[in-house]
Amino acid sequence: MLNLLQIELFKISRRPRTYIAFAAIAAIVFIFQFAFKADGQSYMNLMLQSVKDTFEFERVRAINGYFMCYIILNTLLIQVPILVALIAADSISGEANMGTLRLLISKPISRTQLILVKFAAATIFTILLLLWMAITSLVFSLMIFGADDMLIFRSKGDESQILLITKDDVMWRYMAAFAYATVALTVIAALSLFLSIFAENSIGPIIATVCIVIVCTIISNINVPIIDKNVKPFLFTSYLVGWKGFFYIATTDEGVPIKGSIENWPSIRNSLLILLAHIGLLVAASVIVFKKKDILS
Amino acid sequence: MSSIIRVNNLSKIFKDTIAVDDLSFTVNEGDVYGFLGQNGAGKSTTIRMLLSLVAPSGGEINIFDQKLSSHRSDILRRVGAVIEKPDLYKYLSAYDNLSIFARMSGMKITRDLLMKQLQMVGLADRASSKVRTFSQGMKQRLGIAVALVHNPALIILDEPTNGLDPQGIADMRNLILKLSREMGKTVLISSHLLSEIEVIANRMIIIHKGKKMVEGVVADLLDPAHTMIQLETHNDVAAKEKLNQTKWASFLQKDKPLQLMMNREDVPQLINDLVAMDVQMLSVNSSHSLENYFLSLTTVPGYVEPFAN
Repeated sequence: MLNLLQIELFKISRRPRTYIAFAAIAAIVFIFQFAFKADGQSYMNLMLQSVKDTFEFERVRAINGYFMCYIILNTLLIQVPILVALIAADSISGEANMGTLRLLISKPISRTQLILVKFAAATIFTILLLLWMAITSLVFSLMIFGADDMLIFRSKGDESQILLITKDDVMWRYMAAFAYATVALTVIAALSLFLSIFAENSIGPIIATVCIVIVCTIISNINVPIIDKNVKPFLFTSYLVGWKGFFYIATTDEGVPIKGSIENWPSIRNSLLILLAHIGLLVAASVIVFKKKDILS
Repeated sequence: MSSIIRVNNLSKIFKDTIAVDDLSFTVNEGDVYGFLGQNGAGKSTTIRMLLSLVAPSGGEINIFDQKLSSHRSDILRRVGAVIEKPDLYKYLSAYDNLSIFARMSGMKITRDLLMKQLQMVGLADRASSKVRTFSQGMKQRLGIAVALVHNPALIILDEPTNGLDPQGIADMRNLILKLSREMGKTVLISSHLLSEIEVIANRMIIIHKGKKMVEGVVADLLDPAHTMIQLETHNDVAAKEKLNQTKWASFLQKDKPLQLMMNREDVPQLINDLVAMDVQMLSVNSSHSLENYFLSLTTVPGYVEPFAN
């Protein structure tokens, strides 16, 4: 298996399209950092407009590396599924398109092994992509904007809320958030891999993955009681942004943030379990379908 | 001589299409076994079943005296194959492609071994070139190197001369003969050209619409005793009536105006007898029965039963 995984990673590393995702992330992050460095105050004024009388905070300090990373993640983690799909959706369909699938299957490796290795390679790609995001959006932002206490703007029902996390309480939250995002994006990788089995070129599964993510995200954001109760709990998109939970710090009755706390850990844990269940189901389905598939490409 | 491949009552049905129909054949150790049939006859589907790319709908495949269904990995470790086009990773070099597939076959590789393999197919000087820059012939040769790199005992080649120029076809034939005669490999080669099979195979099978039509030793199947003679006369009906009164009656083909299946050496005697019977001859054409039979499969609707006499 390790030998096969090395081969798979070698193949991915030699494909130019692999680096598109890394370049795209770097470009987006750079644009954000440039914009905030040039005119971050306007954004901050807009965000703090509604609370300017009740919230005391030095606005210059608010734009720091931690805050920047949070803003970037909020935007990027919606687009990154497309970048993950770019590689994962190519796993089987790309081989079928090139005609190499029949050569792979005629080698002494089982189809289950092949799917598991493809999935492992897609997961490693996802981890590397998130590591790159962490480096560009967190490390570079800290270098450019410095470290300070972090402001979080949160919509809770009809209310807007601002949370303050002290700078010595932030880094572990980012680590946890990136770990959560890895699990969330691995669901996308597993979905793309599953769709990849049915196609003979990678365009179809990439588009199908993006469509499914868009449709499910829209459904996840519809506020209708019957959907809230019967549909949303089963959609993976309802849990994709669960990483934000690590930044929702618990407060005392007086509203004072409790250092090192999370407001609703059971919810994050349940979200993680549901995402892991999605991964398990999608990979198992991929193995079952692929084992029965006649390779005619 | 032990059998390397034993296929019993193999069938494959795609939805409502029967691609392979109750097919049985045996490939012996050291054979160059020709798998002949027109396009769509079921050759590629059968080969895909031998390589476990396609699951049979029925029947059994034994390779190296082991059931393919239960010993797939053990069997495929000893099989090398080129299936239709030799598609490889175009964005990788010839060396990287060879290295990847050698490792997948479970062998420990060295640079020397891989370069030796590339040398054998004449690609050593292009080892670091990307496959996307290769001609069809070079891709085919690299495909052969990939199939042979793990030193398999059985080599399966599906239409290996497709897309090759005449020199490439000759090189491929020489390579197959070398694999069989000098290296003792068993080779199963599919083609839709009888001329290709008859020069390299020692045993062959012809399939049509998924069914076995003929199987046997090529030399026997191409025996001159099975020559098809087509006569053309001023009055074929009258000529046939006259022939029916002679010893040639038993060689006449049923339902055909003037066709005889006979030994090629007896043709001069037949012509003498026809002249003696005042049959006015317009033409005499001879073709081997197998060739005639195969052509009838590929060009004429319906076919003549071979060796009917």
